[in-house]
Amino acid sequence: MSALPSLRIAKAAGGAPKAAPPGPLEYLRRWPLQVWLLGVTVFLYAPLLTLMAFSFNDSRRNIVWNGFTLKYYEKALGNESLIEALGNSLTIAFVATLISVVLGALAAVALWRFRFPGKLAAEGAMTLPIVAPEICMGVAMLVFFARVLPWPSGLAWPFNLGAIIIAHVSFCFPFVAVVVRARLATFNRELEEAAKDLGASEWRTFVDVLIPHMRPALIAGALLAFTLSLDDFVITFFTSGPDTVTFPVKVYSMVRFSVTPEVNAASTLLIVVTVALTAIALRLQRLEKTIA
Amino acid sequence: MEHHWKQAKGAFAAALAPPGLWLALFFLLPLGAMWLYSFGENAGLTEIALSGTFANYARALEPLYLGIFFKSLAVAALVTGLCLLIGFPVALAITFAPDRWKPWLLLLIMLPFWTNLLIRTYALIAVLRTEGYLNFTLEWLWNAGSWVTSTLGLGALPPFEPLALLHTTFAVVFGLVYVHLPFMVLPLYSALDRMDRSLLEASLDLGAGHLRTIFQVVVPLAGAGVVSGVILTLIPALGAYLTPDLLGGPDSQMIANVIERQFKRANDWPFGAALSFLLMYLTFIAIALQSLAGRRTAGSRR
Amino acid sequence: MPDTLDALTRPSVAATPKTIIRLENVTKRFGKVAAVEGVSLSIQEGEFFALLGPSGCGKTTLLRLLAGFETPTEGKILIDGKDVAALPPNKRPVNMVFQSYAVFPHMNVLQNVAYGLRVEGVGAAERARRAEEALALVQLEGYGARTPDQLSGGQRQRVALARALVKRPRVLLLDEPLSALDAKLRDQMRTELTALQEKVGVTFVMVTHDQDEALAMATRCAVMHRGVLQQVAAPVDLYEFPNSRFVADFIGSVNLFEGKLSVDEQSHAVIESPEAGAPFYLDHGVTGASGADVWVALRPEKIELRKRKPGEALFKMEDAPEGANVVAGVIRDLSYLGSETAYEVEIASGRRVRVLRSNLTRWDQEDFTWEDEVWLSWHACSPAVLLS
Repeated sequence: MSALPSLRIAKAAGGAPKAAPPGPLEYLRRWPLQVWLLGVTVFLYAPLLTLMAFSFNDSRRNIVWNGFTLKYYEKALGNESLIEALGNSLTIAFVATLISVVLGALAAVALWRFRFPGKLAAEGAMTLPIVAPEICMGVAMLVFFARVLPWPSGLAWPFNLGAIIIAHVSFCFPFVAVVVRARLATFNRELEEAAKDLGASEWRTFVDVLIPHMRPALIAGALLAFTLSLDDFVITFFTSGPDTVTFPVKVYSMVRFSVTPEVNAASTLLIVVTVALTAIALRLQRLEKTIA
Repeated sequence: MEHHWKQAKGAFAAALAPPGLWLALFFLLPLGAMWLYSFGENAGLTEIALSGTFANYARALEPLYLGIFFKSLAVAALVTGLCLLIGFPVALAITFAPDRWKPWLLLLIMLPFWTNLLIRTYALIAVLRTEGYLNFTLEWLWNAGSWVTSTLGLGALPPFEPLALLHTTFAVVFGLVYVHLPFMVLPLYSALDRMDRSLLEASLDLGAGHLRTIFQVVVPLAGAGVVSGVILTLIPALGAYLTPDLLGGPDSQMIANVIERQFKRANDWPFGAALSFLLMYLTFIAIALQSLAGRRTAGSRR
Repeated sequence: MPDTLDALTRPSVAATPKTIIRLENVTKRFGKVAAVEGVSLSIQEGEFFALLGPSGCGKTTLLRLLAGFETPTEGKILIDGKDVAALPPNKRPVNMVFQSYAVFPHMNVLQNVAYGLRVEGVGAAERARRAEEALALVQLEGYGARTPDQLSGGQRQRVALARALVKRPRVLLLDEPLSALDAKLRDQMRTELTALQEKVGVTFVMVTHDQDEALAMATRCAVMHRGVLQQVAAPVDLYEFPNSRFVADFIGSVNLFEGKLSVDEQSHAVIESPEAGAPFYLDHGVTGASGADVWVALRPEKIELRKRKPGEALFKMEDAPEGANVVAGVIRDLSYLGSETAYEVEIASGRRVRVLRSNLTRWDQEDFTWEDEVWLSWHACSPAVLLS
């Protein structure tokens, strides 16, 4: 690899202290990888950024920039069915997250703590929802709620969202279990023995020592479950009905019918929410790292 | 470290029962029901008779559907290959970046992954359609080339014909690569980060050039990461629904689209169930191959 | 129970030692492997007892058996005369300081120390008061509000100590308490722990692999090897009167010679040793064997070095007949250790003998150098005879 660019920098700096030439393994400081990384970043972000930019475009056909406007945001926020769909999505995500965290934590503790016959099968069954293609899960849920355990229709909100919530919990809680299990693996056994040594019962030890240790993973798992549920399309597509539409499903039907800047506006809103959630998750992670 | 379950039966039951029951009732049972249906047939408009027939599976293996399976596999394989090709240098770049940049670079690559799949795919429509950004860029380049040729006295180029990129297999591949690229980078980075740097330095010290070092030392050592990245990309790509649905055309349908049609429009649930299970079996085979490959790369290290 | 500061600090142990822990033929097997085999031991109240041995000798298993984290496969464990085998750890009058200290990371120092009291149901005000007392005992007054990640390793250990002591256990178990500390801190904690034990009067049982630690801190030690007790004695007895080659070799360094007992009277004994090249004359009789194969253990610091001129007649020791307890040799290697110098001396049989010589003056280390010819000599009371 040529070292010319760095020499040029060195000469240009003259008498001033110059940056050391790239070491043999400092690939990122050499132009080929810099260009590649830049290219990939542009590839990944350009479509999203243009989508967000054009949500402010005052033009129906969305190709040429026509002027800045917020009217499509007004339209999106005024679209009742869209707002209702958003409300549904948030409710589902909230409830599904709560249940998933409890189930996932229990599963993680059970698998981490105990030896039992059939443990391998249980672990396999727990990873199945993570590995199985979403379409398979989606249609299985459709079959289930149509034929095996019909969800009563005409229930008041939020109970009519029950089928979707159940489906979401089924595919979210194994993810939570994985996150919590990873955290449990770092648990210092002596902390538990110390609590027992000082007189705590099995249950007391669980509450006073194990749960505080799991807390970062519980929070991370909750955020993961929330994001998975909020973003889900395929499984929801098969378990939702005309009166239980979620945000991604609603946006999908808008996309299928017409490509208007209103969709851009709705999408931008969703991106902002997701990024905000990720930022919160990261901030919490960093806080936890300094504490634990 | 582990207790035997009999040592604390109450605690064990309390911990395993809720998730176990939920999994059994709301995951295994639906799958089981679907499995039974795959052996059934439509009896009348709304009823399904469980007749224990293999007709659905036989139909699934007909040339038409077998072709779609192979096509989906081919597309998924192509997508995985492209992701590997594009993602490997990215993972390499991040691994050898200064430590304080690493988390930011990782975030940079992973952030698009956190945004909704639907939105990402939708964004590509604007890029790929006839009046989309890709065609715009191509048109601009074409016009620039035309200006060059006319200045050189060779005459202008014929007018630009926008490419019909949307609703083609190209669009589906493009879209799937776009969506799954971040998920390939992460395991690659993981494996590369764990690599012993001194091996690279030894290779350079012995006179090998950088490219040779990368191909003969880095790639084999990152073996496990490559395998896991391949699986994390191949399986979701194989079962992708949304991307082929929005970006694909009638001849670029993948398995998931066919399955959806059986359940929503064609109303042939047993057949759809059979197709679903065939997809699941394919997934399991892929995973089994991965753990075999993983064991071999680990074994050959000794 | 009186609950003033005095309650935590009791005067020294009563005149008649009372057995507080008794292990009767305790065996613990994991699968087919016996980690602890046939251990019978009595620990007196107020002792600072050390369990010493190389890694894998079973000392930690024995400690965990006392704490209740393992149950014996065979045998009985009695604390204060009561069989505790069935008692779980949270019900025993025993508390432990763990090797990693196991200070709860999500509670502050005061909450950590008060935890055991909270579990007992003690009220908040009383808890705080007793916890502060315990912190004062380990010299951490005022640290109550700090969190564990703000403490150094040594401070965390003190928190663990306070946390265990505040419950006023009958026995305090310590699992390798000094192994995680750096050298200077280790020395400091050694004296502090012994002082603390004397002040509080609680029976301490400590596990360690460091024999210097055990010798310095304990009132009595049990040396273990592969799950079996080798010798239980006060530090002096372990060092000067070991009962086996293992103990002699494990504690400090030693020169071992094979020999045959040729004379065995009540007032003196002689052991012939071709390996040593000179007979060992002892000023006491050897109990047990007669004409048998024995081993002689001679500690390096008990051997004197004198310069030897070529052709010089055999040097004679005052307390031994001519030719006994003296050997000629050549210095083959030496290591300057600051306060002492260690010499490796080759004797006629080809064997190398280790000699440790104090540097009494600042030029003492110049007295001897490589290839010097020397006499090695020792007093008749110095060698120890081992029968196994």
